[in-house]
Amino acid sequence: MSGMPDRASGKAPGHTSGKTPGRTPGGTFVGMPAFPRAAHDAVRDPTLRANLRHATRTIRDRRAKAVAELDDWDRLREAGKQIKDHTLRHLGHYLEQLEAAVTAAGGTVHWAADADEANRIVTGLVEATGEREVVKVKSMATQEIGLNEALEAAGIRAYETDLAELIVQLGEDRPSHILVPAIHRNRAEIRDIFRSRMARWGRPAPEGLTDTPAELAEAARLHLREKFLRAKVGISGANFMVAETGTLVVVESEGNGRMCLTLPETLISVVGIEKTVPTWRDLEVFLQTLPRSSTAERMNPYTSTWTGTADGDGPRAFHLVLLDNGRTDTLADEVGRQALRCIRCSACLNVCPVYERAGGHAYGSVYPGPIGAVLSPQLRGTASAIDASLPYASSLCGACYEVCPVAIDIPEVLVHLRERVVQGGEFTRHGAKVTLKPAGGHAAERAAMRAAGLVFAHPGLLRAGQRLAARTRRAHPRTLPGPGRAWSATRDLPAVPAEPFRDWWRRTQEGPGRPERTDGREAGA
Amino acid sequence: MRIALFLTCVNDTLYPGTGRAVVKLLTRLGVEVDFPAAQTCCGQAHYNTGYRHQAEPLARHFSDVFGAYEAVVTPSGSCAAMVRELYPRLGERARAEGRGEALARVLAPVVPKTYELTEFLVDVLGVTDVGAYFPHTVTYHPTCHGLRSLGLGDRPERLLAAVRGLTLAELPGAEECCGFGGTFAVKNADVSAAMGADKVRGAESTGAEVLCAADNSCLMHLGGTMTRLRTAMRPVHIAEILAATEEEPWS
Amino acid sequence: MSSRDIVLGRIARALGPAPGEPYDAYEAAVDRGYADRHGDLTVEQTVDLLAANLADYRALVHRTEETGLPELLARLLAARGARAVLVPPGLPPGWLAAADAVRVPDLAGSTPAELDRADSVVTGCALAVAETGTIVLDGSPDQGRRRITLVPDHHVCVVRVPGQVVASVPRALRRLDPLRPLTWISGPSATSDIELDRVEGVHGPRTLEVVLVEGADRACAGTITRG
Repeated sequence: MSGMPDRASGKAPGHTSGKTPGRTPGGTFVGMPAFPRAAHDAVRDPTLRANLRHATRTIRDRRAKAVAELDDWDRLREAGKQIKDHTLRHLGHYLEQLEAAVTAAGGTVHWAADADEANRIVTGLVEATGEREVVKVKSMATQEIGLNEALEAAGIRAYETDLAELIVQLGEDRPSHILVPAIHRNRAEIRDIFRSRMARWGRPAPEGLTDTPAELAEAARLHLREKFLRAKVGISGANFMVAETGTLVVVESEGNGRMCLTLPETLISVVGIEKTVPTWRDLEVFLQTLPRSSTAERMNPYTSTWTGTADGDGPRAFHLVLLDNGRTDTLADEVGRQALRCIRCSACLNVCPVYERAGGHAYGSVYPGPIGAVLSPQLRGTASAIDASLPYASSLCGACYEVCPVAIDIPEVLVHLRERVVQGGEFTRHGAKVTLKPAGGHAAERAAMRAAGLVFAHPGLLRAGQRLAARTRRAHPRTLPGPGRAWSATRDLPAVPAEPFRDWWRRTQEGPGRPERTDGREAGA
Repeated sequence: MRIALFLTCVNDTLYPGTGRAVVKLLTRLGVEVDFPAAQTCCGQAHYNTGYRHQAEPLARHFSDVFGAYEAVVTPSGSCAAMVRELYPRLGERARAEGRGEALARVLAPVVPKTYELTEFLVDVLGVTDVGAYFPHTVTYHPTCHGLRSLGLGDRPERLLAAVRGLTLAELPGAEECCGFGGTFAVKNADVSAAMGADKVRGAESTGAEVLCAADNSCLMHLGGTMTRLRTAMRPVHIAEILAATEEEPWS
Repeated sequence: MSSRDIVLGRIARALGPAPGEPYDAYEAAVDRGYADRHGDLTVEQTVDLLAANLADYRALVHRTEETGLPELLARLLAARGARAVLVPPGLPPGWLAAADAVRVPDLAGSTPAELDRADSVVTGCALAVAETGTIVLDGSPDQGRRRITLVPDHHVCVVRVPGQVVASVPRALRRLDPLRPLTWISGPSATSDIELDRVEGVHGPRTLEVVLVEGADRACAGTITRG
């Protein structure tokens, strides 16, 4: 059960725009630099900035319109939150119910405590079919566990069939967005990848391929069709699992999901345990909120639901792999567990000003953006440099919380995780209680916070400090040395005024007739 | 009506002009303003950086200083949000840590009566025309805490629209964060600066002379960015605009 | 210890004792105060909304009386140049009476490559959702196996109106059987993967034609009086 290495080296190779640092089957992006260093380069990459700005702004406005069509949006959001909270509160019960229903419908249920175990189970199931290749529907869970790499190590080739995943796979790139993993690529870059790489994986790109989206989509259709038609094993995730009926739901756009779910003889679905909902009826909430939040559509082009196996229609064998991999650790944290409500719509990424400028790769995880900043440090722990830096990758502006269709208070969880980083304390890792020490690198900050706390507890000290600053104000530089340079490299400091407000008040407002209020605390300062 | 001014540690130290403007404005509107000298800091920076336990004594101190007043008014959206939104959470967390109701009880009185300035003007005093005069083109940046935590809505714009001589220019991408974010400005300085620069360029594109907001923390970041980008615009707190009159113009 | 026990044990420790019976708690836990449908539309308006939303997502919408259906289907297939059309086993025999294309039956033994040689497919549906412009297939005899509406590039779907039209997603779920494999289709295959902008036509049928047929409701149980 050592699937998720806790420690990635804090000493990272230089940042890697366009290159792929090694990924372990454990799913950690080994050697990812901490967020600020990765973002440093992204901010200075004009193509990346333009691509992200264009894409996120397009979808942002459309999402707002799609949501505004429903006058009961707030109630749907609240209901979605309640359904998920209730399910999480009784997760064991619903998983057992789900298992029974899937089994009764002809499916086989497997449990995986961590990434390694899930990879072993899936690899074994594919090997048992005798096949050496599989087609895959885009799935965050299989990315998280590094399934493709594990299959490759066993000599099995996994073909990603989602257009964006295909772009990432062909380009030997990393995903940078939950919904649109190749969002960092513009159409011209996609055309170049198709032209230069498709032939290596199968049918080459058509002669004279241009960068119009319709032609690029056609090229992907032709390239993947031969793979779909001969595939014997399909691998998917799922958006929802209905406990009472054993029904799985995949929400998609292109039809590659339908191909993988219906044409192969064997279907293997790897799904995080938190994807459970209690009843069929619960889908009435999420099938309204998910498409509008993610692709800004009233409904996505295709939604497939299936319950076990069906006679003569679709796969003859169905395997469900229920994945923990840090989810139960997340569940153990009363504040942090709300991150498990996430339905992976990616609305929070699309509105996030930090994501727009830092790009998805800076988050060092298959879960980028605001939700990634609260999910990755919980699923993986905060021991690595990247995971310890993620809770700070936010200005706490709250735009993510505002658009979240299951009302995850991401700023609240971010602050809570900052506390975990700087204070340490007791948390759950791999199902066991551990006591974390405060993270290194925060000593100066801790001292500053303590000093500020002392000053603020004693108004007299505050006033003395203000007066000292006012008296020496002409000597203050407008730029700072040391850590303060982080501010003054790009921004001037405000001038210190000649007189703090409290002195002005005392001088002008507390003259005769305006007796000074008693101020007992100050005496002790 | 008698209120306590919670000026905030940042304004007290760096932006006393904003404090003087609030006093002038509220006095003009018939409000008696007190400035309890024992006030210091609401604890926001501690809380948001992960030092919740060190924010607690500051919150208790705030409650001690302001608990007896009818209303507390502050010219800072983020500090108002700290009290209104996060003080109750401090109490909840203390309860969850097995420390009982004590903290929640101490903090409860100040939560409902702490107002951000524009909210106090519009909701409590019921005014939008405060008799101000400000003959400049202004663009307004709604700060995140004001917009999303407090739900100030169009209150600030309504106040500005009623100012004589003032032309209000719509800020493109107004609802997007300016990139300050407290310690974020230093911990993620590159992203913070990029956000600030985009905000300043957006403001510049309106042709306004003044970028106005209801929070000097954001304006400190944006003002510092403006001088570095050599823009001619000036950052001005909304209190200073609302306090300005023909007789005593803003300077 | 099995992994099942490990995971369930971790959950139990993470949560502590759960209060009450889960299902009873569930009823109380969720406020269902959201709308059962949006807007107070007449039956006719609901069908119009379906047509408008289908068209908005680039489905080609046709309306006809039942008597005109065979002519219309023949025309649609001919216009497409369809030589081979996949036919589910329970498609009403009259529907394709006027069409020239070769009928290819939906057989369990057909390989995907064989299906790929068909130009078009004609099916009925389980229901259609007006607010979202969605048709839902449930594998009934007039719809066939899931793959026959997937592999051909041209899908013609017949919806009986108003009987098969529901206003909203909640109403659709109540009428569907979760134990059947369901396919919800909203417009032709599309992608938002290039610069987050929607482009029609990837792996599923790139042309979706929906025929709204009036006067064919007699055979349909559970006809609704208001959308």
